[in-house]
Amino acid sequence: MTNDQTGPLISEKGPVMKLETLARQLGLTVHAGRDALDREVTSGYAADLLSCAMAKARAGSVWVTLQGHSNIVAVASLTEAAGIIITEGVQPDDATINKAQEEGVPILTTELTTFTVVGRLYELGVPGVESLDE
Amino acid sequence: MGIQNNSAIPASQITRLHELVYELEISQVMTREVITVTPQTSMTEVREILQRHRISGIPVLEHGELVGIISIEDLIKALAGGEMDARVGEKMTPNPIVLSANEPLVLSVDYFNRYGFGRFPIVNEQGKMVGILTPSDVTQGLLKKLEVEYHEEEIRRYRASHIFEDVISDHTSIFLHYIIASRDFKQAGAASRNIKRTLTHLGIPRPIIRRAAIATYEAEINIIIHTDDFGGLITAEIRPDAIIIGALDLGPGIADVEQAKRRGFSTAPDWIREMGFGAGMGLTNIEKCADEMYLESPFGSRTTLRVTIYMDEHLPIGRREA
Repeated sequence: MTNDQTGPLISEKGPVMKLETLARQLGLTVHAGRDALDREVTSGYAADLLSCAMAKARAGSVWVTLQGHSNIVAVASLTEAAGIIITEGVQPDDATINKAQEEGVPILTTELTTFTVVGRLYELGVPGVESLDE
Repeated sequence: MGIQNNSAIPASQITRLHELVYELEISQVMTREVITVTPQTSMTEVREILQRHRISGIPVLEHGELVGIISIEDLIKALAGGEMDARVGEKMTPNPIVLSANEPLVLSVDYFNRYGFGRFPIVNEQGKMVGILTPSDVTQGLLKKLEVEYHEEEIRRYRASHIFEDVISDHTSIFLHYIIASRDFKQAGAASRNIKRTLTHLGIPRPIIRRAAIATYEAEINIIIHTDDFGGLITAEIRPDAIIIGALDLGPGIADVEQAKRRGFSTAPDWIREMGFGAGMGLTNIEKCADEMYLESPFGSRTTLRVTIYMDEHLPIGRREA
């Protein structure tokens, strides 16, 4: 199976998409974790409360949030999330970028709102974390 | 040669093999037992030596000093010219290019590429020949080193994951202690990250690691948000049958433990909530991750939290009801 990286690759288990493809499709700016952009995104989660992300984000999740401070890196790293998308033009501070770089956590930003980003991700075939429990 | 000394390789693509060519010294891969001839040896004898040892070149020594090199190409020329009775001294390449034994291997790769020779005599600091290097020595040396490293890594992993079987005692545990400073959000997550790393080294199943990491993170954040100046302590006791996470602080304590455990209840100030903390989910998350949870906190006094996660429980978080 080859992937021309312009769209989702449908496998037997469902869509498989690399973070890099998502970044291109949504026009996201990469701030950290460039080396880890080939990770496969298997689900998505959106929330601005860290404890919620801690409880719900899964290994391979892309996490959409408005938070841009360095503690998001620890949450993504501990849950083994594929990466973080920061919305509404919020810029991660230097501490966040440095920490993300150290831990190999991709941080991507966009001017789009969380609602729009999640909608686009869903259209591209990224399912919610609930699908993993089925 | 499969390995090119190509300085244009981007840093991200440098492999262990590339590093090794810089780390290894020529002396570590060269052939030490060298067959030699003298200038007086006849070309007929050279042919016999080359055939017998299946080699393609021989260093020429006179009174122990390297004076030349005689190769299969020189032999072919002598054969074609009907000069097999000639002596090595007349047919050899005099003053051959040599390499020093203590040079990095990468230099030899460069030399093989640059000169196109099949071998280089290797000399020590006094200029005395101590070995010979062929491209196949380089390849074999690298492969051997890679194999050794791979083996060592396997042993390290094996040792870490079998530590509980190797240590003989009535009760074996590994204790980890982390000091948590109050209000230090910059360091938040460091204890849970390090505990997670240790559990990974020990080969603990991933669902167990995930639960331990989440419970530790929430306990760590609680200490950072809620404690007085003294901060607190996070501990992890790793036993063969369970992981026991501890969180201890000296106050101010929890006014109503049952209320604090309720989902969505938090006493965190607004500035902390704005960072996305203080959702009132911390203890709920910890309880979900725990097989057993003990929380004691007389108000105005110290708080003790103990979370036990058994190794044989594989239920992922989110599936467990508190």
